[in-house]
Amino acid sequence: MGGNHADHHHAPDGHGRALRLGIGGPVGSGKTALVAALCRTLGPSMRLGVVTNDIYTTEDADFLRRAGVLDPERISAVQTGCCPHTAIRDDIAANIDAVEGLEERFGPLDLVIVESGGDNLTATFSRGLADKQIFVLDVSGGDKVPRKGGPGVTTADLLLINKTDLAPLVGADLTVMSRDAAAVRDGKPVLFTSLREDRGAHSVAEWVTGLVHDWAHHHRAPAPTTSTA
Amino acid sequence: MTAPPDRAQSERAQPERALSERARDDRAQADRAQAGWAHAPGRAARSIHARAAVVAEAGPGGRTRLTTLRSAPPLTLRQTGPERVHLVSTAAGPLGGDHLELDILVTEGATLELGSIASTLVLPGPGRSAMVVTAQVAAGGRLTFAPEPTVLAAGCDHAMTVRLALHADASAYWREEIVFGRHGETPGRCHARFDATVDGRPLLRQEFTVGDPAVDGSPAVYGDARCVGNVLVAGPGFTHPEPGVAPGRAVLPLAGPGTLILALAPDAVELRRRLA
Amino acid sequence: MNAMLLLLADSRLPAGGHAHSGGTEQAVASGAVHDVASLAAFLRGRLATAGLVAAGLAAAAVTASGAGWAELDAEADARTASPAQREAARTQGRLLLRVARRIWPAPALDELAAAVPSPHHPVVLGAVAAATGCSPRDAALAAAYNAVTGPATAAVRLLGLDPVEVHRLLAGLAPALEDTAATAASACAAGESARLPAHAAPALDLLAEQHIRTEVRLFIS
Repeated sequence: MGGNHADHHHAPDGHGRALRLGIGGPVGSGKTALVAALCRTLGPSMRLGVVTNDIYTTEDADFLRRAGVLDPERISAVQTGCCPHTAIRDDIAANIDAVEGLEERFGPLDLVIVESGGDNLTATFSRGLADKQIFVLDVSGGDKVPRKGGPGVTTADLLLINKTDLAPLVGADLTVMSRDAAAVRDGKPVLFTSLREDRGAHSVAEWVTGLVHDWAHHHRAPAPTTSTA
Repeated sequence: MTAPPDRAQSERAQPERALSERARDDRAQADRAQAGWAHAPGRAARSIHARAAVVAEAGPGGRTRLTTLRSAPPLTLRQTGPERVHLVSTAAGPLGGDHLELDILVTEGATLELGSIASTLVLPGPGRSAMVVTAQVAAGGRLTFAPEPTVLAAGCDHAMTVRLALHADASAYWREEIVFGRHGETPGRCHARFDATVDGRPLLRQEFTVGDPAVDGSPAVYGDARCVGNVLVAGPGFTHPEPGVAPGRAVLPLAGPGTLILALAPDAVELRRRLA
Repeated sequence: MNAMLLLLADSRLPAGGHAHSGGTEQAVASGAVHDVASLAAFLRGRLATAGLVAAGLAAAAVTASGAGWAELDAEADARTASPAQREAARTQGRLLLRVARRIWPAPALDELAAAVPSPHHPVVLGAVAAATGCSPRDAALAAAYNAVTGPATAAVRLLGLDPVEVHRLLAGLAPALEDTAATAASACAAGESARLPAHAAPALDLLAEQHIRTEVRLFIS
């Protein structure tokens, strides 16, 4: 029995496999909506897989399946034993297993999105699991959140501030958020969006497309034939 | 909580335990008297070693013939149908010290159903009692082994061993029920080991222990059940029940060619219902 | 006792163990485990059954090779009637094997991966123990330790129990862990994998089957 997947697991340097994109952020900030939006926009041109880590097991996966944005078989749910941050940071084995399982069943893939279970501002993805990560905040948490920083806000490759449509209602000043985020993020990009209004998350999709092309170029994976909407 | 949890728990259980131990002693005395009465004088003092056997062979026209039917009291075998045998207990027990064996052979294409008239009450005695059942079923053979439950009386110390060897094309329906004492009785000790193989490969290996303080009453093992039972359905000759789970019952497809019905229950009647 | 054994048994070993409760989540949901005393009874029973079985298999895996891998894995299958538990054991085994091959590369681990893609966890644990220079008794002790510490941690998280109280309970189980390891190692020394401990835990089987059918769960098992 030579052809088993324990023997086929990918080299840690990422050669020959899809880009792994982590999406983290507090509960209710719009992580699952972002995953759905990315699937909607990127799905037609990229080979995608999604791993969800919702604390209530399959709830997120079910949401995505119902949304009909991706073949349900390509969505894999991982339970995290009450500790969503452990599963993406300290002990990533179950997530790696889920990612590799998707690549094995549907590969080659261009992009695998790993959505963390909702957690706090200190949660970030291990570099052993995610090559790039997006941290999602929403304005209803208050405009002071970017200033407070935390590893998610300061180190994520992209900071996405969602629900801008609510800013006037909750008294959040987007200018302040933008300025504070820039101050703690050392030039790394920040995007503002309202996923309720932009159901395709087009600005984020464009950013992701750039990453996937770079990844394919550097890791000799087959390049996706693509443009974002 | 101030005391370590284990000690606190055992302290709470103390008065109850003292009572049940007294009740157990009384009942054990009665059991010894009954065993002596039921069998020959001096029965309780002398252990029995007995080995019974049944061989079912397919005769001309595919009809099963029982070519061997060897009783060894207290294991008395009675043919109760063309392919059916019942164990008729002709003495109380087994008692501590007794060693009973039953050998079953179902040859190619033959069918055998084995049941018992009454439940087996395992009683204390000088030493450990043992019941060893060895069964082999050849290709195309079909064995039903469905005796009445084994009831563990207070103070007993019993070992049950089953070795079931199936050919790949053989079929078996094997039921085992253990009842933890009669009504209100704290059982003695029991160790049961069940090994089923198909063509020499392991299908199911299970041990049950009763009377080990780590296991008795543990929510991981029996919980508050008063009996445990299994039905192993193996091979193509029986309908395998649909997998599922219900209170006190689960139907478990095994990794090999078999299905296990597993049940825990408050009493023997309910146990049988759950194993059906 | 050696440093490798400490690393191998440590719950911080990143091999996916943190998301398994070994039936505790369902036992909590059903009310069977609800405080430190009921957790103690749960863990003692778990150790005497599933823990002893895992310890025996792990001890035997220390000296396994060649055709022995598939044989031992089949012995684990025959001792795990519940499909939900087989799946949990194989998932954990696969993850541990993958992680261990990076941490402690060894020909025996490659051989095991080739023979059985997703082996039962105790089989992998024993193989890894051997790769790190541990004895069968060490491997059995690690398996026994795993059998109670993961569920204990799950209970702390799910019930909000005092973690110090629960660790005191675990400390109280230490002699039982040693006994379990000794029993497992001597059963394994007899050399016949068919005769390894096979203690069933019907309640754990029922809990596992109920758990896997539960819509809302936080743990994989």
